Amino acid sequence: MTAMVTTTAAQESPRRRGLRSRLGVSGAIAATIVAIASLVAVIGPWIAPHDPTIANLSQAWLAPSADHLLGQDVQGRDVLSRLLAGARSSMLGPLLVVVVCMVLGSSLAVISAWRRGFTDSAISSGLDILFAFPAILLAALSAVVFSPGLWAAVAALSVAYTPYVARVLRGAMLRERNQPYIAALEVQGSGATSICIRHLLPNVMPLMVAQATILFGYAVLDLAVISYLGLGVQPPNPDWGVMISENQSGILQHYPMPALAAGACIVAVVVAMNLLGERLLERSNASGR
Amino acid sequence: MTATTIETQPQPAGAGSPLLEVDSLALQLPVDGEYRPILRGVSFTLAAGEALGLVGESGSGKSMTVRAIDRILPPRARLEGTIRFDGQTVADLSGAALKKYRGEVAMVFQDPRAHINPVRRVGDFMTEVLRTNLGVKPKAAAERAVEMLARVGIPDGARRLDQYPHELSGGLLQRVMIASALLTEPRLLLADEPTTALDVTTQAEIMAILDDLRRDFQLAVLFITHDLDLASAVCNRTAVMYAGEIVEVRQSSLLHTDPLHPYTSALGAARPDISESAHRLQAIAGRPLSALEAPPDACAFAARCQHHEDVCDSSHPDLVAIDGGLTRCVRADDLRGRLGVSHD
Repeated sequence: MTAMVTTTAAQESPRRRGLRSRLGVSGAIAATIVAIASLVAVIGPWIAPHDPTIANLSQAWLAPSADHLLGQDVQGRDVLSRLLAGARSSMLGPLLVVVVCMVLGSSLAVISAWRRGFTDSAISSGLDILFAFPAILLAALSAVVFSPGLWAAVAALSVAYTPYVARVLRGAMLRERNQPYIAALEVQGSGATSICIRHLLPNVMPLMVAQATILFGYAVLDLAVISYLGLGVQPPNPDWGVMISENQSGILQHYPMPALAAGACIVAVVVAMNLLGERLLERSNASGR
Repeated sequence: MTATTIETQPQPAGAGSPLLEVDSLALQLPVDGEYRPILRGVSFTLAAGEALGLVGESGSGKSMTVRAIDRILPPRARLEGTIRFDGQTVADLSGAALKKYRGEVAMVFQDPRAHINPVRRVGDFMTEVLRTNLGVKPKAAAERAVEMLARVGIPDGARRLDQYPHELSGGLLQRVMIASALLTEPRLLLADEPTTALDVTTQAEIMAILDDLRRDFQLAVLFITHDLDLASAVCNRTAVMYAGEIVEVRQSSLLHTDPLHPYTSALGAARPDISESAHRLQAIAGRPLSALEAPPDACAFAARCQHHEDVCDSSHPDLVAIDGGLTRCVRADDLRGRLGVSHD
């Protein structure tokens, strides 16, 4: 089963080896990009050279200069400052979505896989119904109910993604739950909660981590779309999706820089997250069975 | 043989009522949406300190009987009949009482490697229930585990606790499993083919350990196997299962020389004899019937039976007492004394 651990290597865990040998070159680059983006999300607003919300229409669409390294946008605001400050909502939103989805999804999956039978059928049918609603539709609904903003978008995506997480994890946990060692624990008198927390969840943890990273990539993209449509983060607050929406006219007016810079940030984070997720998934498959 | 043979079996002092009573257990499982019988009226009793063998072919319902006793049946299983442990009805147990019951009924499985979480250390596995259910401190739990490992013939227990299951051989791991099962001081041990996955020398050692432990701890042992000889070597009584029902219960020492049911007799004849080289091993004609194929109003073994007569096809025989044992054969009286094993 644990192919990664050689006969004598119980002590020298693979943890000791470098990032590159564990994730490959692409995985290491992806991890670095994710780390930088996360750092910027925390300290971005403080290292921004200019105030990201002060407009100066006389300086609209100005080209990059020494003072404004990435130029100025449709309202003359500093593009670099808006990117740095916008990283916070653009990264925090997806993080919240992922956390909520993982908690909800894994709880549903554990209950389904543990109880099996009728409970499993009921939960699976409920998820099937949720599957029928597209994320964007839920976002529009959520914007109407909660008024547009980051929270509305996060709530909508959490509901939209949870079925995917729950379904994948349910499959893995069901396979694990039917392993003989789980029956052996039951027979010894271990309680259901204890077995789920101490055995079931840890044994599918690699899959959960991989799921979370891939989900994060999707969430970045979908939140940007929702912001772009005006249902998420509201102007003038800086957000990558909002930046594309505000500056899209510039692309046709030969001032593509502000919109493309925000787009590039989204693409970089999404690709990096997906790559990282794929690598982690490969690792969990290699060591899992 | 007199009718009192079974009653005079060595029983420990103070064993008034049996520890485990299984009464007309019937089990049905859904196959393609339709309920099919797996067990058909299985009844037996087991006293403290007694070892009962449960013998039968694959699919005869041995393991399902044990799973029913331990309440780990597959979802949607339909169970009738009662199982009583120490006077309590097992089906009524829940919560803390169920946990306590499972502490008193330990189980040893066929394949120890599959029944231990491969990514946790042996020590975690052994002490988990002590720590989480019984509130024993980790250090004390580890000490008890080391002691118990010594009892099953593993002297360097402290080192073993830090190892992972894949670092141990099958025989060692089965000892770990047995030691772990005994840590909660059970009164009944269910052994589901504990030696089938092991080689013959290890098998002998494990059986000796189980037999010793039974005597030392006054354990009741329900020993599941498909090996008739192994069962008769360690068990006081042996129950033979066929097509989801018990067809014979007999004192183990008489199982070969004076079986009561033609099926037991045929099983005995199919045994290879080490003292002479057989030209060809005897087999029982036909193939084993599963419980769902068995006719409801005829003897399930009739089609393969050498002593088959018309009466066998027209009525389903009851389990009747004869010569100190129990047999499920309408011709039991006719065949009395004629079923002893003879190699021809």
